[in-house]
Amino acid sequence: MIERSYEKYFRQNRLPHLWCPGCGNGIVMKAIVQAIEKKGWSQDNTVIVSGIGCSSRASGYMDFDTLHTAHGRAIPFATGVKMANPNLNVVVITGDGDCTAIGGNHFIHGCRRNIDLTVVLFNNNIYGMTGGQASPMTPLGKKATTAPYGSIDRPFDACKLAEAAGATYVARSTAFHVQHLVKLIADGMDNKGFSFIEALVQCPTAYGRRNKIGDPAKMMAWMRDNAVMKTAWDKLSEDKKIGDKFPIGLFYKVEEETYNDSYEKVRDIAGGSLR
Amino acid sequence: MKSEFTLKLDRCKGCGICAAFCPKQVLALDKLGKIYVADSEKCIACGQCELRCPDYAIFVDKVKEEKESVT
Ligand SMILES: Cc1ncc(C[n+]2csc(CCOP(=O)(O)OP(=O)(O)O)c2C)c(N)n1
Ligand code: SF4
Ligand code: SF4
Repeated sequence: MIERSYEKYFRQNRLPHLWCPGCGNGIVMKAIVQAIEKKGWSQDNTVIVSGIGCSSRASGYMDFDTLHTAHGRAIPFATGVKMANPNLNVVVITGDGDCTAIGGNHFIHGCRRNIDLTVVLFNNNIYGMTGGQASPMTPLGKKATTAPYGSIDRPFDACKLAEAAGATYVARSTAFHVQHLVKLIADGMDNKGFSFIEALVQCPTAYGRRNKIGDPAKMMAWMRDNAVMKTAWDKLSEDKKIGDKFPIGLFYKVEEETYNDSYEKVRDIAGGSLR
Repeated sequence: MKSEFTLKLDRCKGCGICAAFCPKQVLALDKLGKIYVADSEKCIACGQCELRCPDYAIFVDKVKEEKESVT
C-alpha cells in the first residue's frame, strides 16, 4: 500500500491516539488535516490552537506548530498568534464545553471581531474528559452526571450563536458525513475572517452509554438518519422539522473587514505601520 | 476489480464502525477485538471502512486484476 498522504500531518510517534474506541474525534482530526492538505497550507505556516478537553487533545497529534492552551481560551491565544503574524494560517480546535461554556465569551467576541481564524467545534454534546457533565450543548432531556433526570437547560445552537455574534462563515457537518465535513472546513479556510464549523461527533463513553444510544456505529447511523442538507431543510415545512432532525451544510457566508485589516488602519493613523 | 486491505492493527481499537458501514459484510472483529477481513471476495473497494475509521487503522486499495498473459 502507498502510505496515505495525510499521514505526514500526524506526529506518528504519538499514535495511536488516546480517544476511546469509536470516539468521533479521530474522524474530525483527519478531516481537518485533509482540508489543510486540500488548501496546500504548509506545516511551517499553519498553527493549530486548542483549549482543554478530549477534543482539544487533537493538537498534540498534529505535526504543525501547535498550542494546547487553557480551558476555554483557545480563541484568545489564536487571536494573539494571528495579530502577531497575520501571515500564519490559524486553526482552532475546541469542544462544546470549551467553546460555549467557559469559553463562551471569547467565542462571541472572536466572532464579533471577525478575526481570521478557522474554528472547528467538536460537538459531542457533553463534557467528555471530565466524565460526562452537561454542557451548554447537551440536548433537552438528555442525561449527564449533572443532569441525572435529563437536562432542563435549553441548549445553544452554536451556529446561530456564531452568526448572530458576527462570524462571517458558519457551517455544520458530522463525523458520518466525512467528505462533506472536509469540504466545509476547507471552504472555511478560504474565508478571510472568523470561520466557524460545528462537527457533530459521537462520544460513546460519556454521552452515548449514559443515554442508551448504543454503540459508536449506531450513534453515527443516527447522524446519517437525522441530518438534513440545508437546501432540503429550507424546503421542509415547520411540522416536518421535528424530533431529532437537524440541518447540516453552509448556513451563512458574508464578506466583512477582518480584524487584522481594521487594526492595520489604526497603525496607519498612528504612524506605526510596518507595511 | 480486486481489493487489497492494509490493517494497522496496533491502531485498531475494535469499535466496529468499519464493519457496521461496510455494505457487503466483508469485515468482522476477532476474539481479541481486532478487525479482520472475513470475506475479501465480496469487497467492492468502496472505501467506506477507511473513510470512517476513527483510528486510521484500515486501508483499502483497488488493484487491477492481472491480465492473463497470452504467449
Ligand atoms: C479552568 C478549568 N476549569 C475546569 C476544568 C476541567 N475541565 C477539563 S475538560 C472540561 C470539559 C471538556 O468538555 P468539552 O469542551 O466539551 O470537551 P470534550 O472533553 O467533550 O471533548 C472541564 C470542565 C479545567 N481543565 N480548567
Ligand atoms: S470520553 Fe468521549 S470524547 Fe472523550 S475520548 Fe472517550 S469517547 Fe471521546
Ligand atoms: S473502524 Fe478502525 S478502529 Fe474501529 S474496528 Fe474498524 S479498523 Fe478497528
